[in-house]
Amino acid sequence: MHITRRNAMALGLGGIAAAALPARLWAAKLDDAVAAYTGGATAGEGGLTLTAPEIAENGNTVPIAVSAPGAVSIALFATGNPEPGVATFTFGPAAGSQSVATRIRLAKTQDVLAVAKMADGSFVQATSTVKVTIGGCGG
Amino acid sequence: MISRREFLQAGMAASAIVGASGFGNWSRLAAQQSLSQDQLLAFEDFGNVTLIHVTDIHAQLKPIWFREPSVNIGVGPVRGLPPHLTGADFLKAFDIAPGSAGAYALTYEDFVALGQTYGRMGGLDRVATVVKAIRAARPQAILLDGGDTWHGSMTTLRTQGQDMVEAMNLLGVEAMTSHWEWTLGSERVQEIVSGLPFPFLGANIFDAEWDEPAFDAYTIFERNGTRIAVIGQAFPYTPIANPNWMFPEYAFGIRQERMQEVVDEARGEGVDLVVCLSHNGFDVDRKMAGNVRGIDVILTGHTHDAIPEPVLVGETILIASGSNGKFVSRVDLDVRDGRMMGFRHKLIPIFSDVIAPDAEMAGLIDTQRAPFEAELGEQIGTTESLLYRRGNFNGTWDDLICDAIRAERDAQIAMSPGVRWGPTLMPGDPITREDIFNVTAMTYGECYRSEMTGEQLKLIMEDVADNIFNTDPYYQQGGDMVRVGGMSYRIDITQEIGSRIDEMTLTETGEAIDPAKSYVVAGWASVNEGTEGPQIWDVIEAHVKALGTVTRAPAETVTVIGA
Repeated sequence: MHITRRNAMALGLGGIAAAALPARLWAAKLDDAVAAYTGGATAGEGGLTLTAPEIAENGNTVPIAVSAPGAVSIALFATGNPEPGVATFTFGPAAGSQSVATRIRLAKTQDVLAVAKMADGSFVQATSTVKVTIGGCGG
Repeated sequence: MISRREFLQAGMAASAIVGASGFGNWSRLAAQQSLSQDQLLAFEDFGNVTLIHVTDIHAQLKPIWFREPSVNIGVGPVRGLPPHLTGADFLKAFDIAPGSAGAYALTYEDFVALGQTYGRMGGLDRVATVVKAIRAARPQAILLDGGDTWHGSMTTLRTQGQDMVEAMNLLGVEAMTSHWEWTLGSERVQEIVSGLPFPFLGANIFDAEWDEPAFDAYTIFERNGTRIAVIGQAFPYTPIANPNWMFPEYAFGIRQERMQEVVDEARGEGVDLVVCLSHNGFDVDRKMAGNVRGIDVILTGHTHDAIPEPVLVGETILIASGSNGKFVSRVDLDVRDGRMMGFRHKLIPIFSDVIAPDAEMAGLIDTQRAPFEAELGEQIGTTESLLYRRGNFNGTWDDLICDAIRAERDAQIAMSPGVRWGPTLMPGDPITREDIFNVTAMTYGECYRSEMTGEQLKLIMEDVADNIFNTDPYYQQGGDMVRVGGMSYRIDITQEIGSRIDEMTLTETGEAIDPAKSYVVAGWASVNEGTEGPQIWDVIEAHVKALGTVTRAPAETVTVIGA
């Protein structure tokens, strides 16, 4: 199959590093990071398009695009990374479109969360699951 | 599942589309032992557009045996739906008589006995006869190749796909998409594509650095005053299932939103019909058909399913044309006022003893094979058992391959990729070098030997299982479960990743796999660059030569729960 010792070890180590942070603490960290952006406001659905691959071709550089017409800023979170906050993009009044595309590193299979702040101060969000896989057996 | 009658009603109810499929007819004729080329080709012309679809030929130029799977489990909402039907259930669903030619072509039951009656299937010279006959009736027919064409035999490996390029050019392919083609390396793909007399389509193939489209997404055909857009969709997980280091310039993915954009763009150009030539795999295409608006026909590929009737999703018809040259699909469409108003379909089985070879194509095949003929034909051993691959968990070919790996590489555990290509051998058949290459030929066939802990083994098994049994088709890669020798395990397909696999034991001793302990593991087809080891076909050849006569009952090392 598809795994050399080097890669298997790298995977094994990644697994250990990821396991070092208890799930409860992790969730709290994500909630804190999101709350720091939204000020604790509840985000609604719709008005934001998050485009991400279903399965990452390379977990180290996963292309993510977010479009939120009318937004003043967009924040991206990798919910399963040790540090969930990825970036916050701010749009000035002269911005031609409120959309961003970037690449992010994902430590493992997880949800990517995008939250946009709209001009009226409300928030909208969307999530997408990105799988980080070993691969190698498709036929 | 829909019977033919219900299918017609469903079509009428859903829209103005009316349809029919001619499969049942030849099946019954065949049961009466009256199979003839004319009957196989019989088709009442319909409408004003004809599509001819071939896919997943895997470089099989000559007729072969190919046993369809006995285990092909669907998960989530597609459980029990085509193509996830096997054996008697399949026959019942499509009203095919047991023991008929249709039963032989489409299912595994009584395969050995029926093979004696109906013979080998496929052969590109027979396919050429069928294509020419359709074109004689419908000169404006469009021939489309779903990919996995330049891979899967010794001759195509040695010529870097050139034998298949020559053959498909002669066949008159008018557009194709891709998957295993990429394992020739991007430079070779670009070289071939620059000389192709037809477009190499991939709406979802992007430049990896700039994240922008790298190939034509679609092409437009004008036939009988009708404009037809054909969109190509390459296998989305090519860089994950196959070695991305061989084509690092390209990124793939399903990119559903891109497909919608391309469909809208083609519709914006005022085409009358939108066809998607896809290598997504059937379940992915079924989901895509439900989510993307405006596709009339999806010609599916990758998962090697042969389905005798179109599957209808909304107003989109899905056509599944099998693999290895066993079938050709003909789809006649009535297209009027920018709409598909109806269709007539036939999955034409290529019975090699019934359909006469086309002389021109036969000559080209001989020429392509000539430099390798002595090497191909050398007999390495004989099999007393049926050697097959297809099925979700194991097949005797892979059991034999795992035996060979463990014996020749002195490993406790062997792993063999769950690919769906690779023809069958009948009991009593000689095993030639060509036969061994037919189940192994690839550009990364090195058989590695390594150590893995029990924890790593479990991680791999869970990962592969999720690629097959994730209930969301968009997370599936369309292969089968990795084949394992020397280790038994239990799988509950209804669980989530991390919880499907348990009871991993060393088969011979029954000793439980210890997560902390290291095991000697050998396998082949690693996607990692720099993998070292002898080529897998040499490993198998040495083993078969030592055995002389192969007897291999199916391994009973996998316990499946939740099927």
